[in-house]
Amino acid sequence: MRTFGWAEFLFILEAAKWTITLSVLAFVGGSLVGLLVALARTSDVPALRHVAMLFTRIFQGTPLLLQLFLVFFGAPVLGLEIDPLIAAAVALTLNSGAFLGEIWRGCIDAVPRGQWEAAHALSLSYYWRMRAIVLPQAFKIAVPPTVGYLVQIVKGTSLAAIIGFTEITRAGQIINNATFQPLLVFGAVGALYFVLCWPLSLWAGRLERRNLRAGAR
Amino acid sequence: MQYQFEFGPVFAAWPTLLHGTWVTVQLSLTATVLGLVVAVFCAWGKTSGPTALRWAVNAYIELIRNTPFLVQLFFFFFALPAVGLRWSPYTAALVAMVVNLGAYATEIIRAGIEAVPRGQIEAAQALNLKAWQIFRFVVLKPALKTIYPALTSQFTLLMLSSAVVSVISADDLTSVAANIQSETFRSFEVYIVVAVIYLLLSLLFSALLRLAYQRWLNYPDRR
Repeated sequence: MRTFGWAEFLFILEAAKWTITLSVLAFVGGSLVGLLVALARTSDVPALRHVAMLFTRIFQGTPLLLQLFLVFFGAPVLGLEIDPLIAAAVALTLNSGAFLGEIWRGCIDAVPRGQWEAAHALSLSYYWRMRAIVLPQAFKIAVPPTVGYLVQIVKGTSLAAIIGFTEITRAGQIINNATFQPLLVFGAVGALYFVLCWPLSLWAGRLERRNLRAGAR
Repeated sequence: MQYQFEFGPVFAAWPTLLHGTWVTVQLSLTATVLGLVVAVFCAWGKTSGPTALRWAVNAYIELIRNTPFLVQLFFFFFALPAVGLRWSPYTAALVAMVVNLGAYATEIIRAGIEAVPRGQIEAAQALNLKAWQIFRFVVLKPALKTIYPALTSQFTLLMLSSAVVSVISADDLTSVAANIQSETFRSFEVYIVVAVIYLLLSLLFSALLRLAYQRWLNYPDRR
């Protein structure tokens, strides 16, 4: 039987690159979906608001694991070959799109109403109102919670292990099955996630305090 | 698309689905109550406990919030038996959920406690209230009102993330779904039905929590 040594640790460490890849894919995809959701939720068109609301309700109201299963088992039903990486990326994109959309909607709403009205009074088009007045201000408010949400995305990628994608958690399971030293293996797995996530948490906290100070002035 | 949806075999398994739903509800409610107790204690420790306790609580919170729930679950279920703590899947799931919620809820409750105006506490001290009375009536109750939305969405998140405990076959809704799937081979249908059940549960859950707010916390602020 193998013991948990340096080579085993390196195997798990290497899998971190897939955790990071998946996180980046999910964040980029989730940002695009999230921006659309946030804009739809704050738009003047009731139909858009309702559709975005429904999307958010569904993806915030069901478990991420189930969303992952539905994409993974649902794609073959639609006649698509799907590998676990793509399935996980799609599920995480939709899920984080809903959550980021909700966070960003809050940030857009936090831009003082007078700014919207002033933009209206200047008869700016929707595009310029958003691009030049509302979104830049919302952006500043949105940075800390967005960085904080990155931690959720990184942790969410661990679920890809369940459909057999070899990221950190799955690599840990594989090594655990070979070494039977779960305390060390899952300790190492937890430590790796901590190393990835903690700096993000600290950064988010610092940004938040800076924003609070700026707001107090 | 030639796929024929067949929900028949899934609905035929309704007693199993119902049982799984019940286990998920039971797990979530128990974990919510116990997690809240842990969190109130930790929040007290973090805001007014001795330095060592403050450190311990901080380490606990940072550790839990920066690692995935799935890994925490594996740790409790696979790693702790190695040091002699052997648990059933259900117990391991419950412990993991309590520990997880405890960390998130501590931060929420702490924020609420810190938002209680100093003057209120000083007034209570001037009225000669005991320390626990001040914590219970002057700090905790108004704090609970401020943080209620954040706290309740954390409960709903916990209920949804409990789907993960299916990987250790804790008999919950998702693991029941996996069983039905391997018997009927209708994976897509099973997971659609189960996702809808979760959606209904989360809507019901938040409706009940809103009702509780109306009933117990909806008193006017006097600031």
